[in-house]
Amino acid sequence: MTLSRREFVKWMAASSGAAAVAGCAGLGGPSAGRVVVVGGGYGGATAARYIKQWAPDIDVAVVERNDTFVSCPISNLVLGGNTQIGNITMGYDGLKARGVRVVRGDAVAVDASAKQVRLADGSSLAYDRVIVSPGIDFIYDQIPGMKSADAQNRVFHAWKAGPQTVALRKQLEAMPDGGVFVFQFPMAPYRCPPGPYERVCQVADYFKRAKPKSKIIVLDANPDIVSKKGLFLAAWNGMYKGMIDYRPNSELADVDVKGMTVKLTFDNVKGDVLNVVPPHRAGDIASKAGLITANQRWCGIDWLTMESVAVKGVHVLGDATLSAPAMPKSASMANQHAKVCAAAVTALIKGQPVNPQPMMMNTCYSFVDGRNVMHVASVHTYDAAQKTMVAVKGAGGVSDKASELEGTYAWGWARNIWGDALG
Amino acid sequence: MRPTLVRAGCVAVLLAGCAATPAWAQDPGIARSLAATCTACHGTDGRSVGGVPPSLAGRDKGELLQTMKDFKTGKRPATVMHQHAKGYSDEQLELISNYFAGVKPGAAAAAPAARVNN
Repeated sequence: MTLSRREFVKWMAASSGAAAVAGCAGLGGPSAGRVVVVGGGYGGATAARYIKQWAPDIDVAVVERNDTFVSCPISNLVLGGNTQIGNITMGYDGLKARGVRVVRGDAVAVDASAKQVRLADGSSLAYDRVIVSPGIDFIYDQIPGMKSADAQNRVFHAWKAGPQTVALRKQLEAMPDGGVFVFQFPMAPYRCPPGPYERVCQVADYFKRAKPKSKIIVLDANPDIVSKKGLFLAAWNGMYKGMIDYRPNSELADVDVKGMTVKLTFDNVKGDVLNVVPPHRAGDIASKAGLITANQRWCGIDWLTMESVAVKGVHVLGDATLSAPAMPKSASMANQHAKVCAAAVTALIKGQPVNPQPMMMNTCYSFVDGRNVMHVASVHTYDAAQKTMVAVKGAGGVSDKASELEGTYAWGWARNIWGDALG
Repeated sequence: MRPTLVRAGCVAVLLAGCAATPAWAQDPGIARSLAATCTACHGTDGRSVGGVPPSLAGRDKGELLQTMKDFKTGKRPATVMHQHAKGYSDEQLELISNYFAGVKPGAAAAAPAARVNN
């Protein structure tokens, strides 16, 4: 259900009553405060859910432009034909049932002085604190051939799960056996460090099954495999031997969409299906809200509260943040950001002390085929001297090898992190 | 219905937490936030959708603590838990164990399917 502005105003008036009914005993009475969350992805949905769970007397609204949540983790399996998009698409009814107001719309401005989020339809939402969890947007400025909408409808990134994932899968299905899939992706930091290498495995798995004469050319802008190198090489040199041509230091110069060619500085690579992931920056609303502080791309934050270092009262989560050292841009990490933020926002609204020692942990699973999976894990703690999150020494690591056991854990992880955000 | 379960859990943890934890960690919010780092994999409040990875809600706190300490030392084999457990102090593991021991076991909250014409 989409709320009209009038309905939303009515809800704001009625919500303190709703909170009293839904909330813990003794927490009735007027609303303790209003939080607006911009973006209902892994970061935003989880933050909304946890604020409501930990402080039912706080009014929480999520502004989200899509009517469904499509998971980026697991979405490479759609490309490999190992799952369907419907299996990674979920709704917002669980959040609504918890008393979180889900407003379908496009946030176009965060007015920190008036404490309002403005939507494209002209309506606005008032807040005491706002959480901006916009994910990423792509930087097309440096790719002349990809600037047009037509080009972007023919060469997909499929780096936000959804229609592009399905469209790229259709291109792979339509490609004749013996064709060449060319996949280019940017320098770190980018969303999901092991994601590109998992994608290579998934496409290889599909080709091996359905189009065994086909090849994959991997154009990695990075000087080497960024994540789980040994584990991915074991798959590429083992089960996918002879299928994958990996070329590091392959920074993108341009794309000739008509000629189906990826242009590098010193080389042109032609393919039957092209998949180009441009460099990213924090989602557009972060730029409009003045939250970008690093390299014109990322949002600097105070890691105790996730509050922007640029704009008071505005918190930023997930891939949009200027990552702390050794911290990946991942769904797991956004989930953990969300909980530190939810606790801090709740404390700040209620005048309570903020946790001085937040912890976060990360687990990223990668599927090498339809069943065998390996992980990379890390644990992060706040370092008061450095004023940032640091990886705990001696903790974390990677799998010894990909296994079906970790495949069951990966699906369990997915169902639980989805439930943690939306259940 | 669910808020009632959660509330019961919160109260139990508050009581258990105050008795067993050092002064710096007596704020129940600290244990709650530590436990929340686990729930991305183990399910909200330690109630796992489908039971894999296992539910933690309502388990015996001594068993939970010993299991995590055994992961930490490497005594108990694991795919990933030995790497996670090493990131937490024994005091933190104790707070986490107490928290989940105090949550009532119950149905996990799975994400709902997308509705057509939502």
